[in-house]
Amino acid sequence: MAKRVVLCAAAVLLVIAAAYASFFIAPEERTMGDLQRIFYFHVSCAWAGLTAFLIGFASNLLYVWKRNEKYDWLGVTCAEVGVAFTTIVLISGPIWAKPAWGIYWTWDARLTSTFVLWLLYISYLLLRTLVEEPNRRALLSALFGIFAFIDVPIVFGAIRWWRTQHPAPVIMGGPNSGLAPGMRPTFYFAVLAMHLFMWFLISERYALEKLRGEVEVLRREAETS
Amino acid sequence: MKNLDSVFWAYILGWAIFFGFYLSIAKRSNDLRAEVERLKKSTSRSTGEK
Repeated sequence: MAKRVVLCAAAVLLVIAAAYASFFIAPEERTMGDLQRIFYFHVSCAWAGLTAFLIGFASNLLYVWKRNEKYDWLGVTCAEVGVAFTTIVLISGPIWAKPAWGIYWTWDARLTSTFVLWLLYISYLLLRTLVEEPNRRALLSALFGIFAFIDVPIVFGAIRWWRTQHPAPVIMGGPNSGLAPGMRPTFYFAVLAMHLFMWFLISERYALEKLRGEVEVLRREAETS
Repeated sequence: MKNLDSVFWAYILGWAIFFGFYLSIAKRSNDLRAEVERLKKSTSRSTGEK
């Protein structure tokens, strides 16, 4: 319990500090002005969401290999947390796009692949509600989770392979890309804060899934007794 | 401070989603805890009857 409180406090304090740094410490961008400050929130949420899906993918693979229910719990936990972060990305992106591009949405490679990623993990969560038997549900959703993860490298590569509406990457984007040196500390701090917050949400959601496992065992005991 | 309202909206909606998600986890956890208690009681009652 004390560990959870410390993690919660550290995560909340860091994200508040990151928001403060985004608004008051990071320099103003020349062309977009203050609007560019969405970047620190939008991109850090996107990275945290993709990290959650990556952990989920590893859990899905481990479930198929070892058939340990803990990997199933971690898989569904990461899918749900990843969906929460991706939802924020899909909302903050259009809020940024309207004043910057003049439109909320376009079927650009990055935007479309991110929307497809969101739909795939929503389908993963829906699939779990359709299968009653725990082992069958865990195996089917692990296999579907492995399939859904195929879209993650496409989301990552979309702005590197195809030049469409979404801006080119400023991190890991090649020799002619890069973030202004004054923006880097705030950006990396925001990414770190959001990852800690993601870890807090994963630990809370995992505890819930563990409890659900306990309920299933008790239900089986109640049925046999 | 041009377009700062868009920045605020992005942050506010984002944090509203996080808050809603956290509340849903807390609510589901409470429901499951109550279910665990109920099942434990009913299991101990039925084993006591035997």
